[in-house]
Amino acid sequence: MSEKKPKIGVYVCHCGSNIAGMVDVEAVRDWAQAALGQDGVVVSRDYKFMCSSLGQELIEKDIQELGLERVVVAACSPHLHEKTFRTASERAGLNPYLTELVSIREQVSWVHTDKQVATEKSKALVSGAVHRVAYNTELQPLKVPINPNTLVVGGGIAGIQAALEIANAGFHVYLVEREPSIGGHMAQFDKTFPTLDCSACILTPRMVEAGTHPNITLLTWSEVISVSGYVGNFNVTIKKKARYVNEELCTGCGICVEKCPQKVIDDVYEAGLGYRKVIYTPFAQAVPKYPVLDRPNCTFFKNGKCKACEKFCPTNAIDFTQEDQYLNVEVGNIILATGYDLFDARRVTNYGYGRLPNVFTSLEFERMSNAAGPTGGEITLRDGKTKPETVGIIHCVGSRDKNFNNYCSSICCMQSLKFAHLVKERTGATVYEFYIDMRTPMKAYDEFYQRVLEEGTLFVRGKVAEVTNATHGPHEKGKLIIQVEDTLVGKQRRIPVDMVILSVGMEPRHDAKQVGQMFGISCSSDGWYIERHPKLDPVTTMTEGILIAGCASGPKDIPASVAQGAAAAARVLDKILQKEVELEPIRATVDESKCSGCRICNNLCPFNAISFLDDVGVTRINPALCQGCGTCVAACPAGAISGTGFSNEQIFAQIEGLLMGV
Amino acid sequence: MSEKPKFAMYWAASCGGCEISVLNIGEKILDVDAHFEPVFWPVAVDSKYKDVEAMEDGSILLTLWNGGIRNQENEHIAHLLRRKSKILVAFGSCATEGCVPGLANLYPVEEIFSTAYHTVSTDNPQGIHPQPVVQVPEGTLTIPAMNPVLKTLAQVVDVDYFMPGCPPEPHQIAAVIDLVIAVLEGKAQLPPKGAVIGAGNSTVCDECPRARNVKHITAFKRIQDVAPLDPTLCILEQGVPCNGPATRSGCNARCPRVGAQCIGCYGPAEGVLDYGARLITAFASVVDAKEPEEIEAILDGIPDPVGQFYRFNLADSLLRAGVPAWKKNGH
Repeated sequence: MSEKKPKIGVYVCHCGSNIAGMVDVEAVRDWAQAALGQDGVVVSRDYKFMCSSLGQELIEKDIQELGLERVVVAACSPHLHEKTFRTASERAGLNPYLTELVSIREQVSWVHTDKQVATEKSKALVSGAVHRVAYNTELQPLKVPINPNTLVVGGGIAGIQAALEIANAGFHVYLVEREPSIGGHMAQFDKTFPTLDCSACILTPRMVEAGTHPNITLLTWSEVISVSGYVGNFNVTIKKKARYVNEELCTGCGICVEKCPQKVIDDVYEAGLGYRKVIYTPFAQAVPKYPVLDRPNCTFFKNGKCKACEKFCPTNAIDFTQEDQYLNVEVGNIILATGYDLFDARRVTNYGYGRLPNVFTSLEFERMSNAAGPTGGEITLRDGKTKPETVGIIHCVGSRDKNFNNYCSSICCMQSLKFAHLVKERTGATVYEFYIDMRTPMKAYDEFYQRVLEEGTLFVRGKVAEVTNATHGPHEKGKLIIQVEDTLVGKQRRIPVDMVILSVGMEPRHDAKQVGQMFGISCSSDGWYIERHPKLDPVTTMTEGILIAGCASGPKDIPASVAQGAAAAARVLDKILQKEVELEPIRATVDESKCSGCRICNNLCPFNAISFLDDVGVTRINPALCQGCGTCVAACPAGAISGTGFSNEQIFAQIEGLLMGV
Repeated sequence: MSEKPKFAMYWAASCGGCEISVLNIGEKILDVDAHFEPVFWPVAVDSKYKDVEAMEDGSILLTLWNGGIRNQENEHIAHLLRRKSKILVAFGSCATEGCVPGLANLYPVEEIFSTAYHTVSTDNPQGIHPQPVVQVPEGTLTIPAMNPVLKTLAQVVDVDYFMPGCPPEPHQIAAVIDLVIAVLEGKAQLPPKGAVIGAGNSTVCDECPRARNVKHITAFKRIQDVAPLDPTLCILEQGVPCNGPATRSGCNARCPRVGAQCIGCYGPAEGVLDYGARLITAFASVVDAKEPEEIEAILDGIPDPVGQFYRFNLADSLLRAGVPAWKKNGH
């Protein structure tokens, strides 16, 4: 470390009072100039907002006039402004990777309460960066071409929206849906809040458009089973499950469905409230129109007899010999719009779902209130005929509850209000809403709340303790009792009702984690996919080329899901139109002369960038796939793998700098 | 005769195996004699410290130093031989990285003494406890005082070359002697200062003939508990913690070839600063378990982590106190 030091400039940001309120910025500036002069610091400045154009110009001017060879900016997290300052350096002719950002906001001022300690820590961090940056090397971003095709996984409203936006812009989309039809949860609803639009009426035109669009290859009853490659160049294998219906011959006339003698309970689309045939389309407006044969329940597959569907099919489209097909597609970007699962209400045993017949889930109620649903839109008790006189709607079932999920599912208040309105409208029953807090923040939501209040729905603020059929006295006879503490009155109440609707929350898909692993993205502790930035980058992920939209990243209502679908599409179009993508040059590389082929790293890469070359017995890393996470760098026992930007020299120099004052 | 370049070899805190290994080079030892004049070599030549002190600085061409710096005497001679030698080679594991004597760095000196002199396995009826300075009727007796920790040679003086191995393999010693002779005859160049000589640049796996696959370790076992060991398959894959992946090549994979796991005597691979840390992350990376309890149970299969990961390298690891390990070589 005795060689000539590069000229380093240090810039300390006040961030208004965000940093300056807890760190003595001037002291850090002066100390850097005085104490780090021997380490190459030739100029040290502070500025109120370093990220402003004036702040950036300060750096650019110094690079040009003082001939700075390295820049250290002590400001906020690199997530926010690393790019800003690296670009500023680049404008002044300095390779952007010779600029380092030190977080003295997130890692110092926001987490400390003692100004002196915070100031000392800032000095140590700046010192670490100054020592480190001397070993930074000029790096060039990698450029790779972008395949203009896009894969959209999930055919709910978010996925449909994303697919249509991209297809309308003239690019090809593969839309993959694991159910027989696209439409998602929205296709199950009767009305949408707060406008009470008919859900099907606004959804089905989009479904039809997606189903017939020349730029969309619709693959329903299909699942992605493997993904390899990297942004711009993914290779995806899709399993197209056997429908036992030849799609080229089928006209969707529905005769096979009509003639099929076997009925089973439909616990997917009808939420268990109704039946479907063994060969079926989940609903009348399903897209595509081709039915699916449910093999495990089919009489022919079980007993070798029946074939009613085949006999009656006018176009000979039934094909019992059909097998699963595996398709390989190449795409440049992937949007995951995989949606959510409903919370299983059975888990809240004290609410009695599954045990007390007249306790319903929100989805059951959606199907019941749907004119095309199993009861033709009649709201009845489980016997299918009795109209309820009193209905209790319980909010936050499985949400905002430390026993289940801490988060708010965001749509349940509004869906519960919608239920109250529909119950009143269709039955005239007395309706109680049991809520913890009312959350009606979006456009026209609170107005709808006011409307439901005015309709005479009764609101009880309190978390329901129990729903029981253990009645006290004749006035409760035959009723379900809702035991609740009314926190506004400050009393325990027992409210007898005929019907209970549990407004269940949303949960990540049961297989979200495995799916995330397949696509190389991670889940939060709650299980939702993590966005690159929760506010500023909500539809991209830490893996380039993998985007998320809709409820895959957390509970959302329909407008938000649609907006995210469109946003993800815009990000993909942006990539496609650039024709090539620049990848961060922070990559791992294998020194093949040091690699002895021990294969310890071979199974570790979360991005599948590592391959083993059998013929020469060494491991190689695909630089376009590598995301620079460093897992293999740490694991390599021979020290044969190094991570650009994280060399031993850089790391040890940084530690040494950090510990300088200790 | 006096025209021959001078040669020295010294032993500090070591077992003597390095000397045996030098003699194990067979008739090559005659080449040493033909080209060098051994001036100081306690195991082979009768000469005194004062003879060395009397020599001109830089008058010894080549000194092979084995052993760690454990006491004041070791330290004194290290400085002395550094002054007198043109080329000082840290020879063998003790000198390069501390080796087994370096494991004593886990304990304070007093504890080492009490274990050596006052535990049940020691026959010491008079309760003798060595002191650096003792008054006896005849006067004052001194013996070299122990340092608080064992240091490697490079932690004490500037070292020109490093030759790993416990001990260095005879064929590697012979190759180094051939190289020095070639340099003397003007037929070769010395490697750059600070280089590792007499070893490979890769790891033991590179020289190991066993087949290797992607690793999924579900249990670590002692070698005697795996019966029989598959003779053609990677030992680590069979659950026996083999240090080969992290250990510098040069021994021709002696141990794995005969069905014993590598214990790491050739030290870290080129560019690796902390042998044990490398090996720990490597082993941790191939543990095939998800639940913390499961992982714990698998790791319990390594009952002596220091012995497994730092048997040779503790004194030279990042864990040691004092000078940061990345500032090696006495700087």
